Amino acid sequence: MPHDDHDHPHALLPPDPALRVKALETILTRKGLIDPVALDEIIDTYQNKIGPQNGARVVAKAWGDSAFKQALLADATSVVADLGFYGRQGEHIVVVENTPEQHNMVVCTLCSCYPWPLLGIPPGWYKSDAYRARAVREPRKVLAEFGVELTPESSVRVWDSTAEIRYLVLPMRPEGSEGLGEEDLAALVTRDSMIGTGLPKVPS
Amino acid sequence: MSTCTTHSAPEPVFAEPWHAQVFALTVALNEAGQFEWSDWADRFSHTLKLHGLDKELDGGNDYFHAWLENLEQLLVEQGSTLPGDIQRMRNAWEEAYLTTPHGQPVHLAAGE
Repeated sequence: MPHDDHDHPHALLPPDPALRVKALETILTRKGLIDPVALDEIIDTYQNKIGPQNGARVVAKAWGDSAFKQALLADATSVVADLGFYGRQGEHIVVVENTPEQHNMVVCTLCSCYPWPLLGIPPGWYKSDAYRARAVREPRKVLAEFGVELTPESSVRVWDSTAEIRYLVLPMRPEGSEGLGEEDLAALVTRDSMIGTGLPKVPS
Repeated sequence: MSTCTTHSAPEPVFAEPWHAQVFALTVALNEAGQFEWSDWADRFSHTLKLHGLDKELDGGNDYFHAWLENLEQLLVEQGSTLPGDIQRMRNAWEEAYLTTPHGQPVHLAAGE
């Protein structure tokens, strides 16, 4: 491995795309179009501060508070904004509720639109051609690969996120979670359960 | 595609540092009003389709290669930079890495 070689005569050369990104950063900084400090702040935010734990709080609250749930289903954008979850890529969020009759799953066939304020940056598989093409064509098969087996009476509805509307799935509250507080409920909510490719954890 | 049988290991948000950098650059330019996100998404969708014509793109390096190309094209079309400028600056950075002793911070040469 070159980077383990301390006798290497010069700094480790980054791959070509990394050099191109550095070139853009230099050019745009010199033109005053971006501030390198702002770039670090953006990366820090998505690496450390915003992630599925935000969405999990919303789901847990909806499980425990039916008035909140109704408001969330009616107008998710303003309801989650009241909890402090708003901003980039969260301008119009729609929450779709799983029921025994209907399972929901979310894809972006266009590129990778995703509710950033609630879930952070999408995982690699969400951005892959395979998922983007197959989620619409054969959702049950894709779900089975994720380990989600639906009953025959449950239909599957696939929601295609766009730059304008981003969907979040409200999974069904798992059995055995009666009496749990919001924090314990939130711990059951996985990222995939809010994309619809997974189910919440069952309390042990 | 991942069969996603194990979910216990945390995945890094960005697999490579340059993925994070190009993502942040794009978000910063959008917030500075250089382009609308819906316009970005339309263009990016088109670029992904072109890249995906002869292979199935993964959601990591393939995806961010398309992202970077899309950003370069958008900036060139907007007149924010020229293709030759990007190439020249890229080569200047390459030269800087190749001439900086290992372990030292890398800076562009004076005048670049």
